[in-house]
Amino acid sequence: MDILNMTALELGKAIKEKKLTAVEAVEAVIANIEAKDKDINAYISLNKEQALARAKEVDEKIAKGELTSALAGVPIAVKDNICTKDLKTCCASKILGDFAPVYNATVAEKLEEAGAIVLGKLNMDEFAMGSTSETSYYGSVKNPWDKTKVPGGSSGGSAAAVAAKEAVIALGTDTGGSIRQPASYCGVTGFKPTYGTVSRFGLIAYASSLDQIGPIAKDTADCAAIMDIIAGKDERDGTSLDLEKTDYLANLSSDVKGMKIGLPKECFETEGLDHEVAKSVKAVAEKLEEAGAIVEEISLPFLKFVIPTYYIIASAEASSNLSRFDGIRYGFRTENYDGLADLYNATRSEGFGKEVKKRILLGTFVLSSGYYDAYYRKALKVKAVIKAKFDEIFEKYDLIICPTAPSTAPKLDSSLKDPMKMYLSDIFTVSANIAGLPGLNVPCGFDASGMPIGAQIMGQALSEQKVLNAGYAFQSMTDFHKKMPEVM
Amino acid sequence: MEWELVMGLEVHVELATKTKIFCSCTTEFGGAPNTHCCPVCTGMPGTLPVLNKKVLEYAVKAGLALNCDITRYNKFDRKNYFYPDLPKAYQISQLYLPFAQNGAVEITTRSGKTKTIRIHEIHMEEDAGKLIHSAYGDATFPDYNRCGVPLIEIVSEPDFRSAEEVVAYLAKLKSTFEYLGISDCKMQEGSMRADVNLSVRPKGSDEFGTRTEMKNINSFKAIERVIAYESARQIEAIEKGEKVVQETRRWDDNKGKTFAMRSKENAQDYRYFPEPDIPPISISDETIKDYTDSMPEFSEAKVIRYGEQFGIAKADAEIIAGSKYLAKLFEETVAICNNPKEVRYWIMTQIMYFMNERGVLPENIKLDPKKFAQFIEIVAADRINKQTGKQVFEEMFFADADFDVEKYIKDNGLEQVDDSDAIREAVAAVFAANPATVEQYKNGQTKVVGFFVGQVMKQMSGKAKPDTVNKIVGEELAKI
Repeated sequence: MDILNMTALELGKAIKEKKLTAVEAVEAVIANIEAKDKDINAYISLNKEQALARAKEVDEKIAKGELTSALAGVPIAVKDNICTKDLKTCCASKILGDFAPVYNATVAEKLEEAGAIVLGKLNMDEFAMGSTSETSYYGSVKNPWDKTKVPGGSSGGSAAAVAAKEAVIALGTDTGGSIRQPASYCGVTGFKPTYGTVSRFGLIAYASSLDQIGPIAKDTADCAAIMDIIAGKDERDGTSLDLEKTDYLANLSSDVKGMKIGLPKECFETEGLDHEVAKSVKAVAEKLEEAGAIVEEISLPFLKFVIPTYYIIASAEASSNLSRFDGIRYGFRTENYDGLADLYNATRSEGFGKEVKKRILLGTFVLSSGYYDAYYRKALKVKAVIKAKFDEIFEKYDLIICPTAPSTAPKLDSSLKDPMKMYLSDIFTVSANIAGLPGLNVPCGFDASGMPIGAQIMGQALSEQKVLNAGYAFQSMTDFHKKMPEVM
Repeated sequence: MEWELVMGLEVHVELATKTKIFCSCTTEFGGAPNTHCCPVCTGMPGTLPVLNKKVLEYAVKAGLALNCDITRYNKFDRKNYFYPDLPKAYQISQLYLPFAQNGAVEITTRSGKTKTIRIHEIHMEEDAGKLIHSAYGDATFPDYNRCGVPLIEIVSEPDFRSAEEVVAYLAKLKSTFEYLGISDCKMQEGSMRADVNLSVRPKGSDEFGTRTEMKNINSFKAIERVIAYESARQIEAIEKGEKVVQETRRWDDNKGKTFAMRSKENAQDYRYFPEPDIPPISISDETIKDYTDSMPEFSEAKVIRYGEQFGIAKADAEIIAGSKYLAKLFEETVAICNNPKEVRYWIMTQIMYFMNERGVLPENIKLDPKKFAQFIEIVAADRINKQTGKQVFEEMFFADADFDVEKYIKDNGLEQVDDSDAIREAVAAVFAANPATVEQYKNGQTKVVGFFVGQVMKQMSGKAKPDTVNKIVGEELAKI
């Protein structure tokens, strides 16, 4: 069987039907990682021995009928900012050293209960700060479509692994677009759920009020399947929502008749928007219109405020969240220091990378006494306004479709030199984080150089089913998501 | 010049919930270092705080008892600073919207003066850990057991003018929280800690002087010493023409002095911002009503009731009702023996003596009201006299639960003798042994009667009933 080309659901079904075993699936994917990851660099840690042992156990449990979930026996890879018990979790940062948590993130626990097998931890921008996966202490991740290009970020390892078939399905995290944008650059499907849908317990926080865990997969159905496992109220996360048991997969439908879709004109008028991207994304709306949806132009007048709002809120929270990495209890500590203040300064100066330090400084500044009102408080007000504007739009429309990113993947080493351009590349994705909305990236075409283009489908808070259905409908009518790069 | 002290207090009180504010670790005091903690209270990466609902309940009850307005929409904020006893490098606290504001407490000082102290605000927060410095001076070890123990911080207005008022206020807080059952307020264990903001000004002035803030005060006695020391230091400085520097000062209990810690210029910027990990919590009208309706009877009400119902003088009632534990002992004992005056007597004399001279704390009194009542009945029936009573009471007070009052009196032959013949024999013997004194009496020196009574009591090993001894000594002297 062609394990590497199967979706997670196909693989799960085949394992359940005893056409192959979890051990075979794990072995096949690991063999592919060992063959290709020297070039892609999607993984920071590989969990080979434990994964194989776990696969044996899972096979036995499946045989006894103790494991029945859709993803039982399916190998999965997890972004390195999600805690996995006894498995190194370091956020691609030097400062965490070889930190191995004594606890599992709730998502890791739920996946384990469902019989999914964690293969390893995926590379990312350090502490999820970046849009290219180049800020990792463990080196840049390469785009499997063109290894001279970035895979996007910060969940670049997750997107690249799925695109390079080094993972059947992966977990990423999204604070300003970190699932959707790399999914777009790597031509895979990525879903950021409504804030509070998936527990953040065990996710090493970047910006607590914006972070969400979500899947990167081969298609929308796989996203729906894994969401059914990881979504839900968690007593350990006060911000997780009290949802009824979800059934996204069973309710998945390609019927979009009568669905009202808005195309925001500001998105398509954005400076620097690639012409091919605009064309491919509009084509998504047209496809859905053919299937019976109603498409209209709408306005997001606040679009130019989303980037500054995002960077103020995210860096403020990050400056506080990352303060605990001080060299006292775990992770990296500088070799030479003279007293406590020096221990802190030297450890943090040596332990954090440049981009992280930049955001900590920015966050510390905007929270400082005398500046708080002008920056952070104002940003929270803008956040509330943006949320209200989206509520107004969703009174009339079911979904919004826009590009996921203004262009396809840029060359390696070109973005960090022009940080403003890099920050602006998040313009279409950060709104969903600021307003807490669900957003899905679906592959929708290729540019002249053969690099994938992605379209973003956004919905009202808690309208995951609608968003997933629209993505599912589009993918039932198209093959963009089935094209995979040939990684040599 | 005459000087006036102006003080405001910031009092931290640990709430006596079973578990910590954001995790399920025990709040128990002590324990081997780092045995009362988990990934959440040690701020391990990826962990999240989840508010213990009991903390909010205890806090709101405290706010209601101190007559505060209760904030209905509660939020937490982060206070950011680096220190090894603070593993997240921020303390979850409340800055922008404290849960209680604009309260007031009535206090009565030792000299009987009553006064209202205004409460500016009360907020909830988590406690930090402790640092243990190596005896060899080369290492420091963090102990995170106390990390995440729930605290409320009660910030008063600058309404205090004397140490006596400060002590009365702290005693009032302690009493109130004991009655509510929300804290044990043990200063020596750090479950109640006070920071004093103090300034001085010429008497009659209505402007505030420059204040200093004293931290690290761990007992009622220390508070009085701090206030005396620091006010004298400030007055001396001003009289010498120096300026008082606005700063935080640390109290050193051994040296009996305060030392500068940091000045206002070096004050930290805590970069407060709303805690994104804890969603806002609403408190409903029903909850407020439930808590208000279930308020216990506090000391003021008890003082009035003790006066009306039992005829206990206000000063005594204030002391008894000032402690939940003394009040409970008093009320339960009276309920059995129905002799409030006698119960009051033993509390106000013997128990007060044990508290003042032997450091007994009311919360540690284990005396069973049933035994206390039995003792009161024995004393009231005149079966032992007051002097012997003190001995019996002391034995009973410090004894174990199986102490038997009747058996103790019997085994030690302490019961009063009211046998006229035996007393008359003893009187005769005393007269015979002291002919010179008898002669003095005959010459009109009546004050020697006391001497004879004392000698007879001694002869009877203190067990004779004093009234009978007096009577018989009088009768026998009349016969001379």
